Amino acid sequence: MSEHTLPALIPIIFLGFGILIPLVGLRIRSAVYPLALLGSGAATVVAFTGLFTVLDSGPMVHQMGGWAPPIGIVLILDHLSAFVVSIVTVIGFLVLIYARHSILDDTPQRYTVIYGLSMLLMAGLTGMVLTGDMFNLYVWLEISSLSAYALIAAGDRRGAVAAFRYLILGSLGGGFYLLGVGFLYFATGTLNMADMAGLLPALQDSRVVLAGAAMIILGLGLKMALFPLHLWLPDAYAFAPQAVSSLIAPIMTKVAAYAMIRMVLDVFGVSYLRDSVPALTVVGWLGAVGILVGSLWAMTQKDYRRMLAFSSVSQVGYIAVGIGMGTTLGMVGALLHILNHATMKACLFLVGGSVRLKTRALEVAEFGGLGRRMKWTMVAFTLGAMSMIGVPPTAGFFSKWYLVRGGLQAGNWIFIAVILISSLLTAIYFFRLVEQVYRDESQQEDAKPPVGEAPASMFVPTVVLALLLVALGFGNAVIVTHVLEPVASVVGGM
Amino acid sequence: MEYIQANYAYITIVLLLTLGFYGMIAKRDLLRKVVAMGIFQTATFLFFIHGGAKRGGTSPILIRDGEGNLLQDPMLYDNPLPHVLVLTAIVVGVATTGVALSLLIRIKKSFDTLDEDELLKRLR
Repeated sequence: MSEHTLPALIPIIFLGFGILIPLVGLRIRSAVYPLALLGSGAATVVAFTGLFTVLDSGPMVHQMGGWAPPIGIVLILDHLSAFVVSIVTVIGFLVLIYARHSILDDTPQRYTVIYGLSMLLMAGLTGMVLTGDMFNLYVWLEISSLSAYALIAAGDRRGAVAAFRYLILGSLGGGFYLLGVGFLYFATGTLNMADMAGLLPALQDSRVVLAGAAMIILGLGLKMALFPLHLWLPDAYAFAPQAVSSLIAPIMTKVAAYAMIRMVLDVFGVSYLRDSVPALTVVGWLGAVGILVGSLWAMTQKDYRRMLAFSSVSQVGYIAVGIGMGTTLGMVGALLHILNHATMKACLFLVGGSVRLKTRALEVAEFGGLGRRMKWTMVAFTLGAMSMIGVPPTAGFFSKWYLVRGGLQAGNWIFIAVILISSLLTAIYFFRLVEQVYRDESQQEDAKPPVGEAPASMFVPTVVLALLLVALGFGNAVIVTHVLEPVASVVGGM
Repeated sequence: MEYIQANYAYITIVLLLTLGFYGMIAKRDLLRKVVAMGIFQTATFLFFIHGGAKRGGTSPILIRDGEGNLLQDPMLYDNPLPHVLVLTAIVVGVATTGVALSLLIRIKKSFDTLDEDELLKRLR
């Protein structure tokens, strides 16, 4: 571990631009877009520099204000956080490139506000990923949540109601997390994650620690929309401005899932949550139920974004199942699924936004014949849908592959069955769409003319994400051996 | 009775937490939900404040004994850290309440009701 300012740079860039954009944007509206791209682009470069440095020479630590841990707050860039922070920044960057036309079409009067708040949201999320301090995580969590509430409310009047309902449940989640941190602090006398991890094994039988662990998992479960704590999610995704749901849906629940993984691996330790108390079992089973219920709900939805939202509940379930297995391969699967799901959900949301911009279509039924009308966007859609189902060689196949192998390792046949059944259900609701998209309408008299592709700033990120899905499918072995296996190896066997 | 005397702070905190939780989930009026959120947050603050306090403890500024020596026994002072955490949490709570209230103003203006069931009906 070496002292380095790089980890602090990422959230600070976002915070700085989060202040700069509204200030400049009030006067010069045309400067907002370049500034946002500059900020998130710079953060992405820093994040990837960090990732490669970590792979090369090990973790980096920044002590805030020069105070050494455990008294000071540290920001840590290790394999796990470098992996997740790279996902968050690169997906955020692509969505922010895309967002401009979508916002101008949807809610032009809130253009500057949305870009400014997006920067704050990214600051909160990257801070959550990087911090090595329990209470500091709460602060970043609330920064990201508050900006998310405001962003969702930037939609039409239904957005305000969805944002309020999310706010109530979100602040409950934050409150439970905070209470849990309180329990752990009063039991151990420290807030530093590494320090706490060293002190907790001596307190294995403490009921205070048990209560703290339960509350932290409950709070983070709410934030990651783990079934049955997902009730805020569908409305929030469906009624937010298109650009906002494209930004929030891929990364926000993933960062909460990351926080849970961080707690499991580096604070409580797998053996405590798996063997001493059945916490991982509970998370895994809730995930398994969420997978099935989310898929079933997604099948019945008419609205495209609502369908994606319920599929998110199901996909978060996969991550929870991977955590809940308590095996090395399960953890690899969960981590890989964070990456894959972020990429494919972003791709599908961007497709939805492009379709809405060009055809005003919002409902699944209106996708008929789009294969001819928006050819390349629909190719991207098909790739995203295939990855969602888990068709090789797209990325989605490989995370499911690791999850199934993790299930074998744990000897849990029910989890394996759930994963396979849910792939079938996902196939049903996505093939229904793909089939409609490529329905041959050329013989019909009322066939609509091709509408062409969305503007380049929307089209290019969509296609990049779709190509990324294939690239990640082929490149997953590299990511797994170099990044994820070192992280997951601490899980150990059964 | 002794149990209550020994644990009255925790009992109060748990009562307040339950009250706030119930209100946030079960109340139909959105404004009452915000009030309940305030109760829930305050209970969390009390939990931290109580955890940092000590019987006979004083504010965490070093005091001197009769001969001018600094008294360094930690049992003499309240633990300042939970109190600092509460300050931060209060800031977060104020911000959340502010956002919630401004959302309520918008909802009230555009739907002319704050009844959750009624709002959910109109969302469909």
